[in-house]
Amino acid sequence: MSFEVNLAYIFIASIALYFIAKNRALNLRSRHKFIATVGYHALFVSLITFVPSVVILIFWTLLEGSFLQWMVLRSLPIELITIDYTSNYLFNEIINIANGVIPIDSSNTLHVIGVQRYEDAAALSRGIKIIIVFGSIALLGFYGLFKIGPNFNARLSSEVIIRRVLAGLSVIAVLTTFGILLSILFESLRFFQSVSISEFLFGTQWSPQTAIREDQVGSSGAFGAVPVFLGTFLIAIVAMMVAIPFGLMSAIYLSEYSNANVRDFMKPLLEVLAGIPTVVYGYFAALVVGPFIREMGSIFEWELTSESALAVGLVMGVMIIPFVSSISGDVITAVPKSLREASYGCGATKSETILKVVIPAALPGIIAGVLLAVSRAIGETMIVVMAAGLAANLTLNPLKPVTTVTAQIVTLLVGDQEFDSTKTLAAFALGLVLFIVTLTLNIIALHVVRKYREQYE
Amino acid sequence: MSDINKKHFKHMLVVSDGLKSRYLKEKIFRASGISALIVALLFLAIIVFSISTTGYKAFAQTYIKTEIILEGAVDSSNIEDINYLGLIRDSLRRDFPELSTRAELADLYRMVSIGAQYELEQYLLDNLDNLDTAFAFDVLATSDVDMVAKSYFDDTQEQRGRLTERQYQYYLSLLNGNRIDKKFNTNLFTRGDSSNPEMAGILGAAMGSFFVLAITFFLSFPIGVGTAIYLEEFASKNRFNDFIEVNINNLAAVPSVIFGLLGLSVFINFFNFPRSAPLVGGLVLTLMTLPVVIIASRAAITSVPPSIREAALGLGASKLRVISDHIIPLALPGMLTGAIIGMARALGESAPLLMIGMVAFITEVPNSLLSPATTLPIQVYLWADSPERGFVERTSAAIIVLLVFLVIMNLLAVYLRKRFEKKW
Repeated sequence: MSFEVNLAYIFIASIALYFIAKNRALNLRSRHKFIATVGYHALFVSLITFVPSVVILIFWTLLEGSFLQWMVLRSLPIELITIDYTSNYLFNEIINIANGVIPIDSSNTLHVIGVQRYEDAAALSRGIKIIIVFGSIALLGFYGLFKIGPNFNARLSSEVIIRRVLAGLSVIAVLTTFGILLSILFESLRFFQSVSISEFLFGTQWSPQTAIREDQVGSSGAFGAVPVFLGTFLIAIVAMMVAIPFGLMSAIYLSEYSNANVRDFMKPLLEVLAGIPTVVYGYFAALVVGPFIREMGSIFEWELTSESALAVGLVMGVMIIPFVSSISGDVITAVPKSLREASYGCGATKSETILKVVIPAALPGIIAGVLLAVSRAIGETMIVVMAAGLAANLTLNPLKPVTTVTAQIVTLLVGDQEFDSTKTLAAFALGLVLFIVTLTLNIIALHVVRKYREQYE
Repeated sequence: MSDINKKHFKHMLVVSDGLKSRYLKEKIFRASGISALIVALLFLAIIVFSISTTGYKAFAQTYIKTEIILEGAVDSSNIEDINYLGLIRDSLRRDFPELSTRAELADLYRMVSIGAQYELEQYLLDNLDNLDTAFAFDVLATSDVDMVAKSYFDDTQEQRGRLTERQYQYYLSLLNGNRIDKKFNTNLFTRGDSSNPEMAGILGAAMGSFFVLAITFFLSFPIGVGTAIYLEEFASKNRFNDFIEVNINNLAAVPSVIFGLLGLSVFINFFNFPRSAPLVGGLVLTLMTLPVVIIASRAAITSVPPSIREAALGLGASKLRVISDHIIPLALPGMLTGAIIGMARALGESAPLLMIGMVAFITEVPNSLLSPATTLPIQVYLWADSPERGFVERTSAAIIVLLVFLVIMNLLAVYLRKRFEKKW
C-alpha cells in the first residue's frame, strides 16, 4: 500500500471515530452533565488517533528505503558482490527489476536472490507498517472513547494536541538547518580524510575530474580550491560593480525624487528583474552577453572566449539590482524626515542633503544590504553553470573564463557517479565553505539591519 | 550701508557664486538617478526582447504537403500492418519522379522527421471511419528544413544551412510548388523531450513542474502556516523560540544550491528515495520555500488588529477558537499571497533540482510522483546546452512559457492582495 492510500485510510478511520465518539458522548450526556461540549470530545478522539498514526506513517515511509536496503544487502552472499558492483548500485538495480522497469536476467544469481529478498523484505515492511499504524489507531481510539465522560475536559486536551502539532511543525525549519549542517559537515569530514584542509583551502591547483577511478594514473586529483574561490570572488566583484551603483542610484531616485505615481509604476517593474528565473539569466548570459563581449574584444583584436567572468558578472549584477535597490530604498525611507529638513534649512540642495546627510545616516543599512547582495552573488548557481565554464584559472582578469564554487558543486554532482568518490565529496566541502560564508554574511547583515532599525525607531 | 550689511552682502555673494555649480551638480545627480533606473529597465527590455524575438518562431513548425495513397482499404483489422514510413516515402517519391539513385532518395527521405510516421499513424487512427485511399497529409519536416524555411540563414551564412546542396534544391522545388507549409507547433505542447528538435516538446517538463509544485504547495503551505501560527500566537519569548526565529530568517538566505546538497545526501542517500523523482524535488523545494511562506504568513497574522482578537477572547472564545474562526480567515489572503510568491520562486528554481538528478533526458511525460521527470527551468537548461540549432528557438519558447506561468502566478498574488486586503 502506498503512502497516500494509507493516509486516506487513516483519515477515514479518524473521521469514523469522530462520529462514533460523538454518538457515545451524546449518549452519555443524556445521563450526566459534561464539562466540554460533545464536539470537543469527538474532536479529541479523532485528533488523538489521527496525529500519532500520521507521524508514525511518515517516519516509516522515510525510513522504509534504508530498512529495505539493509535487509536485502544483509542477506546477500557477500562473495558475489564484486568491486565494480557497489552495493548502492546493486540495490537500485534490484528495485528496478522488482518494479518491472528492467527485465530480470535469470542467469544473474545476485539479481534472482536479491529480487526474492527484496520482495520478502517489502512484504515484511508493509506488514509491520500496517500493524503499527492501524494498531495505534485502534489502541488510541479505544483510549479516547474510554476517556469520554462528564469530568473530562476535552477542549483543553484537544487544544494541547493542536498546540503540540503546531510546535512540531515549527521545528521542521530548525531540523532543515540541522539537516543541512550535519549532512554537509559529515560528507566534508569524509572528504578531509583524503585531502587535508590546508591543501583544500590554500592549494592553487584544481582538477577534480582526474579522480574518477581509484586505480587511474594520477588518480589523486588536485583539490586546491583557491582558483575556485578566486573565480567566485572575481565574479561577485564584477556583479557588485554593476549592482551597487545602479541599485543604489535607482533607490535614491525612487525614494527621494520621483513622485508617487512614477514610484508605484517603476518599483514593480524593477522587481520583475528579480522575479525572472536565474536559468533565463544564464541563457541570456551565454547566448547574448558572452558572445557580445567576445565580439567587442575582437574589435580591439583581443582573443576572448565567450565564457568570461565579465559576462557572468554583468548579468548577475543586473539580476541583483532590484535586490540592492529595494533594501537600500527601505533604509533610505527609514531615515527620519527631521534630518533632511534640518539640512534643507541650512540651505543645502537636495543632492547635497542626500549625499551628505541621508546616505551617511543610512550607511549601516545600505552596507547590510550590500552584504546580503554579495551573499546572493556568491550563492548564485545557474548563471555561472551556464555561462562561466569550468576552467579553474587562477586569474583576476575579468575577461578570462573562471569557475565558481557553485558551478563546481553542480558539475561534480550531476550525473550518476558513485556517491563515495573524493570527487563528489569535494562538492560537499565546497558546499560547506559556501554555507559558512553566506551564513556569516547574513548574520552580520541581519544584525546590522536590526541595530539600524532600533536606532531610528 | 552699514558694516554688518556689507559683511552680509559679501556672504551672499559667496553663496550665489557657488549656486550655479551646485545646481548643476544637483541636476547631474538627479539625471544619474533616472539613468540608473532606465538602464536597469533597459536590461529588462533587452532580455524580454531577445527572448521573445528568438522564441516566437518556435511556435510555428514547417510541414511538407504531400498526398498519401493507401494500398487498398484500411480498417481496424489491418491497420497494424501499415508501413507508415513506406507510405510517406512513396508519396515523396511521386513528387520527384526524376530521382533514381539510392543516394538521391536517401537525401530526400532525410528531410522528413522520424516523427512524421507517428503523426500519420495518429491521423489514420483518428479518421479510421471515413478514410479515402488518397488524402492530403502534411508531413513533419526535420529541424534542418525548418531552420531554412524560417530563413535563419539569409545573409550571414550559406542559405541552405545544414541541408545538403541536393536537399536544398528539393526544398526550393517544394517551395516553388507551394508545398512548404508552416503550421502551429502542436508538438511543442503535447510531447516530452526528444533529441530531434522538431519532435521536442515541453509537456513532460511542464508536468514535472506541476507535480513538483503540487508537492511543494501541499507541504509548505500547511507547515508554513502552522509554524507562523505557533510563533505568533503560542510561542512564549524564550531562547528556543528565538532560535527558531533567527533560524528561519537565515534559512531564507541560504543559497538554493545548498538545499540541493541537503536533498542529495538526506533524501536520496540516507532515505533511499528514487533519483529524478518529482517527490524529492518537491520535498527539497518545500524546505526552500518554507521560510518565504512562514515570513509572509507571520506578517499576515500580525496585520490582524488586536481588537478582533480581544473581542473574541472577551466573549469567551478559547484561544484556538480565536485562531480558527477569526485570525486564519482574516489572514488567509495574505498567507495565500505569500505562498503563491513562494511557489513562483520554486517554479523558477533549478539549481537544487540539478543535484537530485532531475536533469536527465526524459522523453516520456511523467505520470506519477515517482516517475523520472524534469521541470521547465531544467528543460531550458538542457536545451540551452544542446548544440543543435533547432533547440535555440525552442529554449526561448520554453522560457516564454515559463515566464507566462510566472506572470500568471504573480498577477494572482497581486489580485488576491488587492481584492482581499483590508485596511483596518
